Amino acid sequence: MKLNKDLKIDLYKRMVRIRTFEDNTTTIFAGGEMPGFLHLSQGEEAVAVGTCANLELEDAIFTTHRGHGCIIAKGADLKPMMAELFGRIDGCCKGRAGSMHFADVKTGCMGSNGVVGEGMRLAIGTAFAQKYKKTKNVTAVYFGEGATGTGAFHESFNMAATLNLPVIFVCSINLYAQMTHKSVHIAIENVADRAPSYGAPGVTIDGNDVELVYEEAVKAVKHTRAGKGPYLIECKTYRHHGHFEGDPCNYRPEGELEEWLKKDPVVLYEKKLKKEGVLDDKQIKALKDAAQKEVDEAVELARKSPQPEVEELYRGIFA
Amino acid sequence: MSEKKPVNFQWAINHGIAEEMRRDPNVFIVGEDVGKPGGPFGVTRGIIKEFGPERAVDTPISEGAIVGLCCGAAAAGLRPVAEIMFMNFITLAVEEFYNQASKMHWMFGGQVKVPMVVRAMTAGGFGAGPHHSSSLEGWFASMPGLKVVMPSNPVNAKGLMKAAIRDDNPVLYVEPLASYKLKMEMPEGDYITPIGKAEVVKEGSDVSIVSIGRMRLESEKAVAKLTEEGINAELIDLLTVNPLDMETIYESVKKTNRLVIIHEAKKVMGVGAEVAAAVQEEVFDWLDAPVARVAAPFTHIAFQPQLEKHYLPDAEKLVAKVKELVG
Repeated sequence: MKLNKDLKIDLYKRMVRIRTFEDNTTTIFAGGEMPGFLHLSQGEEAVAVGTCANLELEDAIFTTHRGHGCIIAKGADLKPMMAELFGRIDGCCKGRAGSMHFADVKTGCMGSNGVVGEGMRLAIGTAFAQKYKKTKNVTAVYFGEGATGTGAFHESFNMAATLNLPVIFVCSINLYAQMTHKSVHIAIENVADRAPSYGAPGVTIDGNDVELVYEEAVKAVKHTRAGKGPYLIECKTYRHHGHFEGDPCNYRPEGELEEWLKKDPVVLYEKKLKKEGVLDDKQIKALKDAAQKEVDEAVELARKSPQPEVEELYRGIFA
Repeated sequence: MSEKKPVNFQWAINHGIAEEMRRDPNVFIVGEDVGKPGGPFGVTRGIIKEFGPERAVDTPISEGAIVGLCCGAAAAGLRPVAEIMFMNFITLAVEEFYNQASKMHWMFGGQVKVPMVVRAMTAGGFGAGPHHSSSLEGWFASMPGLKVVMPSNPVNAKGLMKAAIRDDNPVLYVEPLASYKLKMEMPEGDYITPIGKAEVVKEGSDVSIVSIGRMRLESEKAVAKLTEEGINAELIDLLTVNPLDMETIYESVKKTNRLVIIHEAKKVMGVGAEVAAAVQEEVFDWLDAPVARVAAPFTHIAFQPQLEKHYLPDAEKLVAKVKELVG
């Protein structure tokens, strides 16, 4: 597949936006300004961008507790997103959800989830509605290898297949589920091998190659939009940070992170685009500066936004 | 349309669902055996014939995924009505009720509504045993954001079903298998039974009886017996266990000064415990006797008939308790 120049720049821009947002978040969280837990996805940007770049605004996604990348890739506005992470009233969930339970419904981000695997059970619901209403929309649900051990994975995949629902299952193999290596969670090499047992296609790809992820997602979206049922894309990637910010990562073998940093998806793609003459150093710097400016503005607004009044605890329990 | 012939509990639920499906194309039914087989106990018979398999959806045996599907579909604008059969099986979907359905509207700052109904059945009195007979409404009544209704006869069964489907929140609808054959003449035309409002079944002056679900029938028998013995009991059918209509109970207690709560679920951590605690907090000065509860003991429900009978509350146990308070 030949990707045009504009698309390549778009893919790069989206990855830079995510990386900038999350790197800034790391610093702010370490400074004690953000409440709660924070799970970041540096290193996994290509998975989020390669898939979401194929989705329409009306398509739905469900993300994990490590969901910022997909949410930004899907098109969420960084301002209400950052305010949400700060727990402020201008956050898109009014400061009630934070990072782990974040949703931005108008861009199709139907919810991150604090419970591993649970997005899959909800994804079959939006996919059911998309089919019921005879739209051509689809639902993508993101999860890691750890979630494939939950009943939610089996139940949801099986039901998506039996009801022929437009669900794209996107599995990021980032080598660790929480703090435990992949080998403890699954006894097979590739999760995609499980897809045919449900009657669906599944592919395993290099999740650090954004163009490859994009190309596979084209096939998955075509398949699901055509009403052919679910599809699984397994992306082999790596989580640069720990399970949560502050995790000492003492379970990782020495040198492992350094090896993976050589395959950093943002750096790899930057080099590729430079080599192809799509972007030069000046343009790259301009894109990075623009992303930093956007994040700075979001942080400024978040800091100015008020804390929710205690009455917020009692508002809107029922619709 | 007038329904002159008496209608039983099952058909009342069926009519409630079918009427709402005719009214609103976003309403559909989903679950194990609900479509082609017409429901494990026939409650959804005929729905697939009238509305087709797109709106009467048979699923694999995956309770968590059924309720999860409902949450997602409701957040995307549909109004699912799911069946989970025996309430014990709902344990496999507690995650979806507690972490997802009940929280989504509040947690996302009002960005979505989750209008879904899940039906589940209590089946005490059938010898169905430890895995098919439990009354777990207390667990669910402790979840903010989730409404829990417990109809007790065909008229309120239909009215509560229609109200539940029209409600913009998740509603757990708990129906008693032992009452399925109970018949009643139905009101004419379109009606709902409001959620969150208890029904004063009979006014009285000596003692207030608050019943939940199927225990209304036992309470009616008890009230008749008490009347014969010169005790004028007031009977309130709670109908909804979240949100609780405490105002109706407070007003009754102010009048009778005595309160007994009866439910099929266990006494320990049951809905009656919450009602009793709220009553002593709010209207303590009006009480002439301790608030009493007639409910299941803190053990497991048995399949063995004699043990099950001992376990379940009934009219006889209620009469005995009331006499302790009034006597």
